[in-house]
Amino acid sequence: MTHLQARGVVKAYGPTPALRGVTLDVAEGEIVAVSGPSGCGKSTLLHCLAGILRPDVGEVSWRGDRIDTWSESARSRLRRTEFGVLFQFGQLVAELTAAENVALPLLLAGTGRRAARTAAVNWLDRFGVAELADVRPGEMSGGQQQRCATARALVTEPRVLFADEPTGALDTLTGEQVLTQLVRLAREQRTTVVLVTHEPRVAAYADREVVLRDGMVDHTGLGFEASLGGGVR
Amino acid sequence: MLLGLLGAGSKHGYELKRAHDERLPRSRPLAYGQVYATLGRLLRDGLVTATGQDRDAGPERTTYALTDDGRAALDQWLGSVEPPMPHVTGALFTKVVVALLDADVDRAQAYLIAQRRAHTERLRELTAVKTAARATLDDIVAADYAIAHLDADLRWLHTTLSRVADWHREVHS
Repeated sequence: MTHLQARGVVKAYGPTPALRGVTLDVAEGEIVAVSGPSGCGKSTLLHCLAGILRPDVGEVSWRGDRIDTWSESARSRLRRTEFGVLFQFGQLVAELTAAENVALPLLLAGTGRRAARTAAVNWLDRFGVAELADVRPGEMSGGQQQRCATARALVTEPRVLFADEPTGALDTLTGEQVLTQLVRLAREQRTTVVLVTHEPRVAAYADREVVLRDGMVDHTGLGFEASLGGGVR
Repeated sequence: MLLGLLGAGSKHGYELKRAHDERLPRSRPLAYGQVYATLGRLLRDGLVTATGQDRDAGPERTTYALTDDGRAALDQWLGSVEPPMPHVTGALFTKVVVALLDADVDRAQAYLIAQRRAHTERLRELTAVKTAARATLDDIVAADYAIAHLDADLRWLHTTLSRVADWHREVHS
């Protein structure tokens, strides 16, 4: 069953078009990579699918409901309960410890303090950083921060995880360890994943790859740096 | 490789084959004939020696061990780096050059696109080996080696794909 759907999505920033009519279906439990060169619109597509941005034209549906017509507060609630979002730089709250950061989405959803802390430490443990539970982000390496951010994105056991270049700032080994663990957990829990990346090696973690080029889905197989016609470099 | 396996303790031919296939799960399995032919050469060169024979409920088996010369040869091999040669004689590179010389831009591009698909597919298979819940470090390290090489090829395929029209013009000018 189609879980998440974009239909003819158009989005521009001022006069600059970022998406020029993207249609995409994502099935439940599917791991889809959205790839393409910088500026192809992949992050904008992720923001539209996650309900962070509203498309100018077109529809975004989640389990058959059009979320692009929902109010900001309804979309924000959806993001807190059903979706998890992970960015390139973890964006942890600097004043909070790792456990407090990971517990945050649960506290916002009304879970009690003690249960939230237990779940947070449990999730930190799955990413091998349980010993950092009481450490603040400023005292962690980039890799440790991103493991905490991944734990935070998954702690509510979301139906869909949106990850935008989640390992872009990490060294190869750390990046691969984070991705491997993320994919294993997603498979175990049948979490749908939309993974934005410009690297084929990262896209290979997905079941399927959708390549964007100039704001459109590229079906030619050319993708990436390639463009047809004369004068290409 | 056989010297290295014997470095860890004496073994007979069958154990050597098994240890090789276990340690290098993604390379081609060793044929028995190959094991015994190599052992024969190593014996001739004085790098290994036959240390004994045993027969437990099967055919008689000879156990082999490293000699001092064998240990020295192994140490030398382990201590020397491989020449960092780009694989310019590889079939991939040759095919692209020939496609360009012999055919038009479209044919060369079609080949590059098809090859990129095949590489991407293999990359996905190897990545699945790594993310499988029961993957051992043996599996992961072997998959990493192949992934890194495929990734390098893929990057080259991408850039060549975007250069192919200019390159064709240059070759045929």
